Parts: sequence; C-alpha cells; structure tokens
Amino acid sequence: MMEFPGQLIYWIVVVMMMMGFYIVIAQGNFVKKIVGLNVFQVSVFLLYITMGKVTGGTAPILADGIEIYSNPLPHVLILTAIVVGVATTSLGLALVVRINEEYGTIEDDDILEQESDA
Amino acid sequence: MLITAFAIIRIRYLFSVVILTGLFSLLAAAIYVLMDAVDVAFTEAAVGAGVSTVLMLGTLALTTTEEKTTSKSRAVPAAILSIITGAVLIYGTLEMPNYGDGKAPIHQHVAPRYLNQSAQEIDLPNVVTSVLASYRGYDTLGETFVIFTAAMGVLAIIGRGRRRRKKEDVEREAKT
Repeated sequence: MMEFPGQLIYWIVVVMMMMGFYIVIAQGNFVKKIVGLNVFQVSVFLLYITMGKVTGGTAPILADGIEIYSNPLPHVLILTAIVVGVATTSLGLALVVRINEEYGTIEDDDILEQESDA
Repeated sequence: MLITAFAIIRIRYLFSVVILTGLFSLLAAAIYVLMDAVDVAFTEAAVGAGVSTVLMLGTLALTTTEEKTTSKSRAVPAAILSIITGAVLIYGTLEMPNYGDGKAPIHQHVAPRYLNQSAQEIDLPNVVTSVLASYRGYDTLGETFVIFTAAMGVLAIIGRGRRRRKKEDVEREAKT
C-alpha cells in the first residue's frame, strides 16, 4: 500500500465508521441496520490493524534475516473480534427472522404503526 | 471501500446490499494483507466475506428483499449526528502517532516481548498463533463461550421450541 501522510488513514477509517453509524441510526430496515453494524465493525478492525503496522516491517512470522515485524497484538485481538462479530451478526439476523414472522415486516416504523393500532 | 460503503447506504435492493457487504469485507481483507496482518485477512475473508454473507442471504430468503425509503425527517438529524461524532473522532486522532511509526506507544510494552521471547518459550514461528493460543489463551476461551452463547441464542429464537408452539396453536384452533 502506498504510504499515507501521517494520520490520513485514521480519517478514512473514521469516515467509514460514520457511514456505518449513519446506516444504523437512519435506516429503518433491520437487515440494513445489521449491515451498518458490520461496516462499523470492520472500520474499527481496520483502525486497530493500522495501529499495529510498522513501516518496513513484515507479517509477524519469525524468520531468519528479518529484523522488523509489525505488532502481533492487534492482530490477535481483531482475530477474536471478527469471530465474535459473526456470532452477534447471526444472533441479530435470527431476531430479524423472528420479528418478520411476528409482524410480517422488517421495517421499524411499520412495526411502530402496528403497535399503536393494537 | 469508501465507494462500497456509500453504495450500501444508497441502494435499496437488499440483495445487492448484502453482496456489497461481502465485497466490503473482501476489500478489508486485502487491506489487512497489505498491513501485514495475514492471519486477520484469512479470517476476514472466510468469516466476514463468506459466512456473514451466507447468513444474510438466508435471512433475506426468509424475509423480504425490498427496503422502504428513509424519511427526510429521520435522515437529516442522523446525518448531522454522524458528522458531529466523526468530527470529534478525527479531533481525537490528531494526537495519535503517524501511520507506520515504529516508536508509537503501542509497540513499546508487551509486543517486543512476544516477538523476542515466543520463539524460545512457545517454539512456533507464527507469533500471532502463539499469542492467541498461549499468552492470551483465556481470551480465546472466552471467545468460544461467546460463540456458544450466540448459537444457543439463535436456537432459542428460531429453533425447535417455536415450531412446537405453532403446532399447539394449530391444535387449539382445530378444537374451537
């Protein structure tokens, strides 16, 4: 990847994070909300991985003749986080399926309407 | 990636949205490789781009594939709120070390120890594996518990118990 000047890469990550945040709070469709959560999540992962990168370093797999490695700790944390993220995604999607069975819709304002009618 | 994220906001046809999410994950995986996080890239490509997409497609098959338009009254405050939050976060990054800086605080504490000692202590060339399975083994154990709990939750929500309840409903209707 080409070298970014200073903190530019963090700003790109923040913009992506906010796109995810916008999807979660602005859009009424539950599947879309979960997609937004995923976008947010991946941006946070990227933030961690960018912090672990060392210029001129290689992947943290020990080998002869290599002096600089990138930091392995963020990689481990994010590895765990990705798997946990999928677990929460699946739980959320299960809730969406259940809500669709109960109300026949996955739009939150439709559900509010049905609730106020009842 | 930014373009993909933007398209996800705009497109209303949920099938395309889900496929774009897969693409988004795949691009993220490519970036992880470029930033030396090969293990993370493997996981993201397999789990993020693969399993998540399949789960979402399954949900779409069980529900609908069209989304309603977002009302302006909701979109505008949400956009303002996201922009404010983003501005605060960018303000927070101003004091962070530069990208790729080897002297950043993150590289000063346990990381050098992992890199220098794990070859003798664990005898594995891949430092990520030795940290994951040994130094931070309890983290990984906790992760397994989380997955187990999520699986239990999914089963409780859309598993067999619900089907049995439906059958009871049908029987009750048949009696009346």
